[in-house]
Amino acid sequence: MIGIYLIGAFSIAIGLFLSRNKIVTFGLLGLFLVLQWVLTLYSFNNLRSTDLGYFTYDSLAVLLLVVLSIIAVPALIHSHIYLDDQPAPPQTRSIYYGAIVLLMTAISAGYLSNHIAVTWIFTEITTLSASALIYHHRNKLALEGTWKYVFICAISITFVFVGILFLSLSLENAGSDDLSYSNLIANSSRLNPFWLRLAFLFIFTGFTAKLGLVPMFTAGIDAKDKAPAPVGALLSSVLMNLGFVGIFRFYVVVANTPLHHWANVVIGIAALLSVFVSTVYMIKVKNIKRMLAYSGIEHMGLVMLGVAAGGVGYYAAILHIILHALVKSSLFFQFTQLYRVFQNKSIYHVGNYFKYNTTGAMVLLLGFISATAMPPSGLFVSEFMIFRSLFEAHQILLLVVVLLLLTMIIWAFGKNIFKILFIPPVDFDDSNVPKISPWESVTQFILLALAVYLGLNPPTEFVNLLKESIMLLPK
Amino acid sequence: MIHVFLIIFLITLFYLSIANRMLTYVKVLALQGVLLFFVVFLQLQKIDTLNLVLILLETIVFKSIAVPMFLAYLLKRNNITREAEPYLPNFISLIITTTIVVATILLSNSIKDTNLDKMFFVVALSTLFTGLYFIASRRKIITHVMGYLVIENGVFVLSLAVGNEMPMMVNLGIMLDIFVSVLILGIFLNKIGDVFKDVDVDQLTNLKDF
Repeated sequence: MIGIYLIGAFSIAIGLFLSRNKIVTFGLLGLFLVLQWVLTLYSFNNLRSTDLGYFTYDSLAVLLLVVLSIIAVPALIHSHIYLDDQPAPPQTRSIYYGAIVLLMTAISAGYLSNHIAVTWIFTEITTLSASALIYHHRNKLALEGTWKYVFICAISITFVFVGILFLSLSLENAGSDDLSYSNLIANSSRLNPFWLRLAFLFIFTGFTAKLGLVPMFTAGIDAKDKAPAPVGALLSSVLMNLGFVGIFRFYVVVANTPLHHWANVVIGIAALLSVFVSTVYMIKVKNIKRMLAYSGIEHMGLVMLGVAAGGVGYYAAILHIILHALVKSSLFFQFTQLYRVFQNKSIYHVGNYFKYNTTGAMVLLLGFISATAMPPSGLFVSEFMIFRSLFEAHQILLLVVVLLLLTMIIWAFGKNIFKILFIPPVDFDDSNVPKISPWESVTQFILLALAVYLGLNPPTEFVNLLKESIMLLPK
Repeated sequence: MIHVFLIIFLITLFYLSIANRMLTYVKVLALQGVLLFFVVFLQLQKIDTLNLVLILLETIVFKSIAVPMFLAYLLKRNNITREAEPYLPNFISLIITTTIVVATILLSNSIKDTNLDKMFFVVALSTLFTGLYFIASRRKIITHVMGYLVIENGVFVLSLAVGNEMPMMVNLGIMLDIFVSVLILGIFLNKIGDVFKDVDVDQLTNLKDF
């Protein structure tokens, strides 16, 4: 199935790239969505089976694949609205649609791969396809953002590759040089700790560019700022999940070795620094898209804190990353409407949003409540579990510091959001504000509602998948 | 014999660190590709056609012909001046490169792993870090791309040191990805040349938080 999917999706991407006809483009996009959902349902029905040797439909991959397929639908709808609103030359349009399909295909394949080098290949493809999307506006700033993103991701991906090489050195006594995750876990007691340590450092550092964690988070921020908002939604949700998959799958290997504690310390430091850095920027930031991107850094920091703390933290981390993807993408989709009203993304020139677009303002308000993990948001549940895991790991001091930082983040986030919602902007001429149909916000409400539902009342099947994906970790 | 080529490879790094003209960088990168070809060729235990073709493709065709030609084209098209314009004087660059090499030798001496060829390890790691140093210390964007290529060469040497053959498909995928990423970097470099009229990193400071 994955073979059909990859061939199909790649040819659809090429078709979109060549097509200049609107009807053909819509047909191909529809076909891609069907293909994406067929793969998702197929993987759900064939749980734990391996396809083509390099792809396994395991529970973590299936969970994230479902999230991707859910977000893919509004992403394409909002892309269509976006491209209608800001007319681009036909060639730019074709590149946009081709690249967005390629991006989603590469992310899906990256989730499913069971071999660390195959994950590497598809992560690299996401960089290349994302670069075409970030450069969509063809202006100076977009160029700067693209260059920084491509360059930093290229360096990081090289780091991952160096890590993979060290990893294969560590396999020398294992009797098998197969780099698939299952083989690594099976041989985890025979891995050479020195090389494994180096491998973990390099692979972790490399994937932080995708995950959005200290030290390589900077490129992602610029990318999410300059990319069209529907793409920003993908970059800050499903692509971050791909970075998480890269780190988490390798972390499972390391966790089964004596290096477990050391790896937790490394992850914990990076995670705490990420929360700290995002706090500092959240207080200063005046660009709405960048604010949302920094909020993503904070959430990834929390997720990795959960992983580092262990216990219930593992479960919470995966739950958190799923719910965060739903909430953050909905906020980014809402941003397209906000931009259409104000034609500006600086908080100074935006305000009193309730007056101009009530439905959109509701999305923004509910999205804010969700993103800051206030009840009834689903993120409240996962964040609470992360704090509990920190408490159970006897990291009280760390917990206090994180809670203080989070308080500041909520204050800064709230200050900005309420300015957008209620305080009238200075010198804003509202004579030709476009009317925005409430129907456009439906998908965003669905995503937010889904996050609440999955957090507060998770279906049994969902919980089972979550539990299964952390099964291989030591208690 | 392999060690001779590796040492020549190491010397090219010192040469790069004091080189002034952009074309010198391109030529040294091409030379590195040839050196890598000899290293791989001598390391081969048995010669089969497919393997040989792949290695030829990776080192000679890609590293010493395609990429240097592409870089030379970029230099010409964007009217990039000859000077490399480092932030630091050449003498200090040389000292830093030497420090990197000495540090990796010291590091490799602390490793007690009999399976590892230390020469490969030293060359690989020092190439990696020297490449990073080039990126940090040069003002032109194209030298950043060259620094990236130096890092790639270092990774290539490291993959030889590991001696673990990845499956063919995986190898091919990795090669293709690197090739495309260099191409993409080149394309955007061209765009930067068109838009900014000057290809310095100082131009890329407009993205701000407010």
